[in-house]
Amino acid sequence: MHAIELDGVTKRWDATMAVDDVSFAVEAGSFVVLLGPSGCGKSTTLRMIAGLEEVTAGRVRINGGDMTDEPPARRNLSMVFQSYALFPHLNVRENIIFGLKVRRVESGERDARLRRVAELVGLDELLDRRPAQLSGGQRQRVALARAIIAENPICLMDEPLSNLDAKLRHAMRVEIRELQQRLGMTVIYVTHDQTEAMSMADRIILLRDGRIEQDGAPDELYSLPASTFVASLIGAPPMNLIDVADGADGAVIEGVGHVVTGGAGAGRRLGIRPEHIEISAGDGLPAALIASDYLGADTIVTARAGKQDVLVRVPGHRKVNNGETVRLSWPRESAHMFDAATGRRIGYADPPAAAIQSGPGADE
Amino acid sequence: MRQVYGWLLLTPAAILLIAFTHYPTVATLWHSFFSQGTAMRPAAYVGLENYLYMLDDEIFWKVVRNNALYAAGTIPASIAIALLMAVWVNGKLPLRGLARMAYFTPTILPMIAVANIWLFFYTPEIGLLDQFMRLFGLPSHNWLGDPDTVLWCIVVLAIWKEAGFFMIFFLAALQSLPPELEEAGRLEGAGRWYYFRRVTFPLLMPTTLFVLINATINSFKLVDQLFILTKGGPDNASSLLLYYIYEVAFSFLDEAYAATLTVALLATLAIIAIGQFFIMDKRIHYR
Ligand SMILES: Nc1ncnc2c1ncn2[C@@H]1O[C@H](COP(=O)(O)OP(=O)(O)OP(=O)(O)O)[C@@H](O)[C@H]1O
Ligand SMILES: [Mg+2]
Repeated sequence: MHAIELDGVTKRWDATMAVDDVSFAVEAGSFVVLLGPSGCGKSTTLRMIAGLEEVTAGRVRINGGDMTDEPPARRNLSMVFQSYALFPHLNVRENIIFGLKVRRVESGERDARLRRVAELVGLDELLDRRPAQLSGGQRQRVALARAIIAENPICLMDEPLSNLDAKLRHAMRVEIRELQQRLGMTVIYVTHDQTEAMSMADRIILLRDGRIEQDGAPDELYSLPASTFVASLIGAPPMNLIDVADGADGAVIEGVGHVVTGGAGAGRRLGIRPEHIEISAGDGLPAALIASDYLGADTIVTARAGKQDVLVRVPGHRKVNNGETVRLSWPRESAHMFDAATGRRIGYADPPAAAIQSGPGADE
Repeated sequence: MRQVYGWLLLTPAAILLIAFTHYPTVATLWHSFFSQGTAMRPAAYVGLENYLYMLDDEIFWKVVRNNALYAAGTIPASIAIALLMAVWVNGKLPLRGLARMAYFTPTILPMIAVANIWLFFYTPEIGLLDQFMRLFGLPSHNWLGDPDTVLWCIVVLAIWKEAGFFMIFFLAALQSLPPELEEAGRLEGAGRWYYFRRVTFPLLMPTTLFVLINATINSFKLVDQLFILTKGGPDNASSLLLYYIYEVAFSFLDEAYAATLTVALLATLAIIAIGQFFIMDKRIHYR
């Protein structure tokens, strides 16, 4: 039995198809991230699970029971809103226990739970403040506390960290993840930040225009992106996507003789992650270094081959003499091939014809 | 130099305010300490004599009592109805725009026109109200001619006229509440009434205060309907303070006493407004 199961869920508003035939099932106790660019239907999906939005088609099951037409309160789940949705006239204590009061939990039990939760999220000192008297991070904690005090096994979060600064965001990320594991909650977490998704998720469901583009563990999305769309979203900086053309001995980059991979080139795109490319003096793709972006632990160097820019991650600090010519090389198992027209993955790139003669190894 | 500019910019507004608000107020206060002058006898300073006369004036007390009843009848009812209508038309409702407009219509009609409409309702025998009563076999009644019912007729009319206006303020305030709050409430299982009582109503407090002050002032200010419907009668049973002031000044031509009554009205309004502000202020500031 799955904690949450979506079966062909669709949401349409007159002209817009916000969510289009989405199906997935979430294991109890897992942390699932809905990732995707703005407007791809993440919030709508989450709101349909919560029951705040009616589905146009499809079924929503929670703990095995069909909840498609049940009101939100009957679904036994909590939600953290992007804007926190704290009641401005109630103090922190009243905000947290709002739901317990609605459900008439008796006051001894209520106070005990409040004490436990307030300590858990570090709010014990602030219970008498109003939301307006709190910092963004503290408000975030109140929203979180209100969600967990209900002791619902499922918690939905809609970009809960988007209003925080980078440092606080990192701290809260760790806290939420730790809390989820400690309490064994099932969390569906919406974000458009791939770093957040990669670092927190047991599993990422990547949405594009209301459809699931890829569904898998973070390292699966990283190492086997199903399309150029996934490849360009996961990783910082994301995968290089290089247009290739037909050459005499295999695919080449327009204007550069060097064979980058075996097989046909036209109609395909080569994907290589910046961290898998090495700058070497000997063999490889000739390129000119044109810029560098120093990040501290490493440097992102921009190299130009033909008309295409290729990002390379180099450890440490690397100065670039403009126009300095180098050779770029990469292990052949880290080169990916995509169909240029559909963007779908074809497989790992074929090795250059000279090296191996075997055919393309499609893995999907 | 900049100061000169500042003052120049202020001047037009200041002139209007002084000429039409501050000066008349002070002049009224001044007049209330003088006797009514005639051709033979110029006005003379009489100190508090006008005020002592007022305290002995039976009609004054009757009018004050009427006005208190009128305020007590119109203010809570019009606010409650306004709030109810606002919550109602704020929801998902077919023909919502039409409903909003219908509720707002009484507000844009001039009071004189409204009074004429209601005159037709209240007319004995042929009026709408009497025709309605006849359906239930009840006898005809002269609603506006009976001292026991006339004031309540005026009250009902005022509620009908004001509720739509106040609804607009409540509606604006309701629309400015973030929808996530309601969603959060729904997730926690809060029913509509519970949510209204614990969240919506407290969050509407600033608007309620604003509306309350306006309603209070209106209950002293809005007397146009008396000119059409009752002229304050019968036997002053429907006369209100401001209408009485009008009568004293322009029918009895006693400007000095009218000034005295006006000072009493202004003082009452000021005290009520300040009182409401301070009492309510404590309870509505959550930011
Ligand atoms: N109430 C609505 N009426 C009509 N269209 C809507 C409504 N709510 C959302 N949409 C549309 O549905 C699509 C998906 O919206 P949704 O809010 O789910 O996006 P999202 O992935 O959460 O984006 P973001 O990251 O910006 O929050 C968008 O194209 C949006 O314009
Ligand atoms: Mg969203």
